[in-house]
Amino acid sequence: MKLKSKIKSIFFAVSALAVLGTVTTGCNSDSSNKSASSDSTASSSSGSADKTLLGAGSTFVYPLFSKQFDEYNKLTGLKINYQAIGSGGGILQLTNKTVDFGDSDAPLTEEQAQKMGVSVLHIPMCSGAVVMSYNLPEVKDTLKLTPDVIANIYLGNITKWNDPKIAAINPGVKLPATAVLVAHRSDGSGTTNIFTDYLSKVNAEWSTKVGKGTSVNWPTGLGGKGNPGVSGIIKQTPGGIGYIELAYAIQNNFPYAKVQNKSGNYIVPNIASTSASSNVQLPADSKIFIGNTAAPDGYPISGFTWALIYQEQNYNNRSEDRAKDLLKLFSWEIHDGQQYCKDLDYAPLSPAAVTVAENILKSATYNGKAILQ
Amino acid sequence: MSNMMNIWKAKKIKRSVRQIRAEKIFRTSLVLISLSILVIVITFLLTLIIQSLPSIKALGFGFLIGKTWDPVHNIYGTYPFLLGTLLTSFLALIISIPFSFVTAIFLGEYYPRGWFSDFLKNAIELIAAVPSVIYGFWGLFVLVPIVRSLELKIGVTPYGIGIFSASLILTIMIIPYAASLGREMVRMVPSSLKEAAYSLGATRYEVIRDVILPYSRSGLFAGVLLSLGRALGETMAVTMVIGNTSVIPKNIFAPGNTMASVIANEFTEAASSLYLSALIEIGLVLFLVTVIINLVGKRIIKRFTTE
Repeated sequence: MKLKSKIKSIFFAVSALAVLGTVTTGCNSDSSNKSASSDSTASSSSGSADKTLLGAGSTFVYPLFSKQFDEYNKLTGLKINYQAIGSGGGILQLTNKTVDFGDSDAPLTEEQAQKMGVSVLHIPMCSGAVVMSYNLPEVKDTLKLTPDVIANIYLGNITKWNDPKIAAINPGVKLPATAVLVAHRSDGSGTTNIFTDYLSKVNAEWSTKVGKGTSVNWPTGLGGKGNPGVSGIIKQTPGGIGYIELAYAIQNNFPYAKVQNKSGNYIVPNIASTSASSNVQLPADSKIFIGNTAAPDGYPISGFTWALIYQEQNYNNRSEDRAKDLLKLFSWEIHDGQQYCKDLDYAPLSPAAVTVAENILKSATYNGKAILQ
Repeated sequence: MSNMMNIWKAKKIKRSVRQIRAEKIFRTSLVLISLSILVIVITFLLTLIIQSLPSIKALGFGFLIGKTWDPVHNIYGTYPFLLGTLLTSFLALIISIPFSFVTAIFLGEYYPRGWFSDFLKNAIELIAAVPSVIYGFWGLFVLVPIVRSLELKIGVTPYGIGIFSASLILTIMIIPYAASLGREMVRMVPSSLKEAAYSLGATRYEVIRDVILPYSRSGLFAGVLLSLGRALGETMAVTMVIGNTSVIPKNIFAPGNTMASVIANEFTEAASSLYLSALIEIGLVLFLVTVIINLVGKRIIKRFTTE
């Protein structure tokens, strides 16, 4: 009897723990989101006294922001606290007015804009490219790819590397008969958004069947977590192909393909060609995916990351000084701050993008009056 | 003299009043703390239910049987993930049972003490202490290539990553739970029973088969159930080796996905409110699956122990 009751008590104690553990795993992102936002409510109200600006959002831009904010702190003494919790989280925190700015790799969706209720400015901060990395040990030359080929690989229509469609655009390259293994991101990500938006633009079948988003229903392939997960799959499997961030590919010396742009040129993805992709006529609010750019020297799979702020800066009893600090910071970032892009493998804004960004910043107001002159 | 007695009595009364009060405070705090755990669990469940209401309303029962997970078009079916979770967990359980039972018998009956036994015991407990992301990395860089070469030999598509790799990683991770509990149970078998069997001429194997195992089976089963709970909720290591595809796996070597890893993967960037709600509903389903499995397990243990 004693043994039985002991077994029971041990079992129930531990099984209760196991259940709790399981559920915590499932929900901790939610609860941490909640607690993070309530924390920053407190600090944001007290934050107006001391000089610390709060931001949250995209993980993609985080290394650049840390460098820029550090330099800006040396210049002006202004402290900026940026939490890289993902674009979705940043938008949520801005909606709850718990941060001064958010950062997202995609413009607000209609639903998100509706939740914000008031006008939100999108300020382009820098651009990034998504490259097609592959693992073909036999192929020494840099592979060329067309939008059509990429889309058909990801739709599962091209399954062998010596497919005539690939061979036709790579004359002189001896392609193996290896099976194509497609890798994609498993986690929701801005990189996926840029990539799927590009595919939707260049391929009608993709656009209707799959569409674009931070996570999509992939017709084929394996999912890896983050850039390391995707590149891990590519690296381990001969015949693997996947999309990863340019910066990650450069820093890890992965081979990546030249991609044909709208003008018909095969473009090597690098910082210059990525910057060039945004050197086109941009809409005044900059809310555009620049993928499949019309720029003849631009790499086609690229996109902006945007800082998000409320157009009317007088909310939640914010002081005018705080609004000014915020606007000055962004003004510095799109001008002097751009010099830090290259070392970190981000593409600086093109002249066209800087002009648009300037005008957007000028449209920010405090009590209806423009903050920057 | 009587004065002294009175003072002494008063002191005694005072002390006992204080003791009684301390006792009360202690008991109240015990009750409060135990209740707070209950409150936390209930709040968990309520939060999950409330947050997943939009998705429950919009998708209804189709959420459980839907085979497509397409955030772009707001189609959410969790069936492939439910299947992936159950498949990886039970496969891992089946592979782990021989290992954990053998370890339990070895450490509980053959070498209950001594340096070798301590060493082995600590090594097993260490397995449980290693963070799961390390298993994920190890799996991706060591286990997956091995599985891939195995797949090449038996002629299935050599992905390497997939349900099978995930199950193998899970197997390693859950062995300590069943093994540790099992070892305690085997050690608790009264020696009078064993000695009686020996005196009747039973061999050691016969004692294990006919005395130790029947006596400790409820404990062994409890350990197995415990490791199943662990396997159901494991996220990180599984995400890294399972392939994360939202299609129904064709065989155990095909890539798949589990409920826990979908939540972990997609939560941060879930843009629309229905999408977010659907992810939380996956959490709710996972919670319920765990509860059901625990309840069933409880019944089975009860039956074993009352026999």
